[in-house]
Amino acid sequence: MKSDTTANYQQPYDGALVTEEAAPVLSMHPKKFLMWLIIVSSIMVFAAFTSAYLVRRGEGNWLTFELPPIFYISSVVIVLSSVTMHWAYYSASKDNLLSLKIAILLTAVLGLLFTYMQVQGWQQLVDVGVYFGGKDSNPAGSFVYVLTAVHIGHLALAFGLLVIILYRVFTYQVHAKNLAAIEICTTFWHFLGAMWLYLFVFLLVNH
Amino acid sequence: MATQDVHAATLDHAHAAGHGHDHHDDHDEHHEQSFIRKYVFSEDHKIIAKQFLITGLLWALLGGALSMLFRLQLGFPNMDWTWLKPVLGNWIVDNKLDPNFYLAMVTMHGTIMVFFVLTAGLSGTFSNFLIPLQVGARDMASGFLNMLSYWFFFISSALMLISLFIETGPASGGWVIYPPLSALPQAMPGSGMGMTLWLTSMAIFIASSLLGSINYISTVINLRTRGMTFTRMPLTIWAFFLTAVIGILSFPVLFSAALLLIFDRSFGTSFYLSEIYINGQPLDNMGGSPILFQHLFWFLGHPEVYIVLLPALGITSEVIATMSRKPIFGYRAMIGSMIVIAFLSFIVWAHHMFVTGMNPFLGTIFMFLTLIIAVPSAVKAFNYITTLWRGNIIFTPAMLFSIGLVSLFISGGLTGIALGNSAIDIQLHDTYFVVAHFHLVMGSASFFGMMAGVYHWFPKMFGRMMNEKLGYIHFWMTFAGVYLVFFPMHYIGISGFPRRYYSFTSYDTFNMYQDLNSFISVAAIITFSSQLIFGFNFFYSIFRGRRATQNPWLSNSLEWTAPINAGHGNWVGAIPNVYRWPYDYSKPGHALDYIPQNVPHWETVESNLDHENDLIAFEREMEAEALADPQSAH
Repeated sequence: MKSDTTANYQQPYDGALVTEEAAPVLSMHPKKFLMWLIIVSSIMVFAAFTSAYLVRRGEGNWLTFELPPIFYISSVVIVLSSVTMHWAYYSASKDNLLSLKIAILLTAVLGLLFTYMQVQGWQQLVDVGVYFGGKDSNPAGSFVYVLTAVHIGHLALAFGLLVIILYRVFTYQVHAKNLAAIEICTTFWHFLGAMWLYLFVFLLVNH
Repeated sequence: MATQDVHAATLDHAHAAGHGHDHHDDHDEHHEQSFIRKYVFSEDHKIIAKQFLITGLLWALLGGALSMLFRLQLGFPNMDWTWLKPVLGNWIVDNKLDPNFYLAMVTMHGTIMVFFVLTAGLSGTFSNFLIPLQVGARDMASGFLNMLSYWFFFISSALMLISLFIETGPASGGWVIYPPLSALPQAMPGSGMGMTLWLTSMAIFIASSLLGSINYISTVINLRTRGMTFTRMPLTIWAFFLTAVIGILSFPVLFSAALLLIFDRSFGTSFYLSEIYINGQPLDNMGGSPILFQHLFWFLGHPEVYIVLLPALGITSEVIATMSRKPIFGYRAMIGSMIVIAFLSFIVWAHHMFVTGMNPFLGTIFMFLTLIIAVPSAVKAFNYITTLWRGNIIFTPAMLFSIGLVSLFISGGLTGIALGNSAIDIQLHDTYFVVAHFHLVMGSASFFGMMAGVYHWFPKMFGRMMNEKLGYIHFWMTFAGVYLVFFPMHYIGISGFPRRYYSFTSYDTFNMYQDLNSFISVAAIITFSSQLIFGFNFFYSIFRGRRATQNPWLSNSLEWTAPINAGHGNWVGAIPNVYRWPYDYSKPGHALDYIPQNVPHWETVESNLDHENDLIAFEREMEAEALADPQSAH
């Protein structure tokens, strides 16, 4: 396959996420490619849920309610965390190690804050009488819980990656010549931010 | 070969084995790995493939044994089961098989065969084994994720196995686990703990399958050797690649469906449940839709059929071309038909749901799309036959199984055209006709593909040959047996006999085919026994088989250029370059009846076509490039 190699040549990798061989002439770094494939399969998970949501909604007996107001704030938070994540990546590519550390820590904090807010969102749902399961529950409400929970489940994976990156940042293994790992993590982080925005808009439009 | 020697001279030891993705400073390839790293938690794709194969074969034995038990019940409903009490224990009640356990066995037979044998055992084995060897890679894109893939499968297998031994029995609602039956523990014993284990096991299985699939795709796209263009890949690789693509698009949907079912079962939600009365008492669940589950399930379930079948078709393409000593007929048409099948597999799922009360107009659309699948399938069938046509056929066991697959694919595929029609399906739905159809076209055909693969690549896997005579006995007994088992089922189905019934003798209407059912059971037992011959041959040959030569079938593809018992990294020295497609068999003008993929055109001037002579300059360039920079692939 003809390939654009310029991007890959400049970035030899090492460490747990990458191989020891010099980067071969490829269309893409195989491990970055793996991440994109993971993203494809997780898109299919959410596609299944949201289409199930629409099919089920079309059948009637559907509870309408307002989404928790905190979801607006958490949306802002996750967008901010995406910004800081990208700032971290940018700093690494410029070998600006101090701002890399600040940015990656900020990202972790904002990610945790987002997760906390999502759980608060469940509390707000319970407060207005929208339950996950049991006698008074309706699939309309249950779907909101499932979508947010599965999204948080994916975030847990991203946190796993982020912890690895954090460790490497503080052991000086992430820098301009070693970007693959942080790039993979950034890709996944942006994806999860975008996925939440999609879910939120989807729920706003179809509640 | 001369080029090989040159390559060996440029050997760079750091690249002799492409392992060490995650532990580059622990050791290199010259150190002996510990037994555990080498054979248990191995990252070598060849070891992982063998792990998948042997686990899959053990599952096949168990799945087959379960079918023997329920065939005994169907064929001999008045049998005294006391003699099986030592094995089945309390599942024998008053010398009769407990009907609940009958349903459990049917369910587990389906689950085991579809997922654990024909998905993990077939795709897991041959995708892992052949992709790096045939595209010319040291290993998978990520050896670590590949190892995880097997061990997730192992955990999933362990959970499923445990579920067979719990007091309330394993899942019993059919392998499709439709709610509400599967969602309510009150509905049947198998919907209790057994179902919970089934769902947990399958969730882990899906993770395993996804980890495998993303690796296969990434390897095929990114790690092909220099010169291995997409149109020079063996059809096996195309099949595994498309299988993996189908897998990562459809298995996540099953995960979603299963997750919602888990919430319905254990957390009181009502995604699939509504207005259910048990013993006159209404349940709390309101507002769910059981049809929703069927949509989600069959969105995986139908592509799953092709996840099972495509690898078998890929293996068959390779074996038939090699053993006919002829290029595969219509190479690009084969690729095209597989792509079309993969695409269509996603838009036909509702043909499993014609009788759910769907809008007949919608049913017609799904019927139309379903019938289109006959076109690429026919392309494949004709291409197999035309490849065989006037070939210099060598009947190895692998070749016999491949030809057997073509036969089964046709006879099972024809009934698919009948079943795909929504009007006929109303009569045939959930009868033995369906059972006969999918056991021929999906079950047996894929199993034959798996057997062809095992016989064909056994020398590459274990460095020894399997016994051919036992292979022939195995084939003929299986081939005759499979037809004797499944052909009569068509008649039973046309008469309207439903699947999954414990016994037909209780109703006078259904009494008439008792003799035929006995016949099927006897045939099934003979077929199953012949698999034991294979089992013996397989395990005996691993240790005592005749030693294999490097290229026992005189095959073209790249795996036969690797050493007989290749270490981690596959090739000693540089990875061979690829100069031609893998089907240059019996090329006019060439002295031998095969030209391996790594033979450049300048060495075969006497058999070159005009446009191939034009390639020589380019190939020289590629060769020079490879010598200058042995690690880089193209």
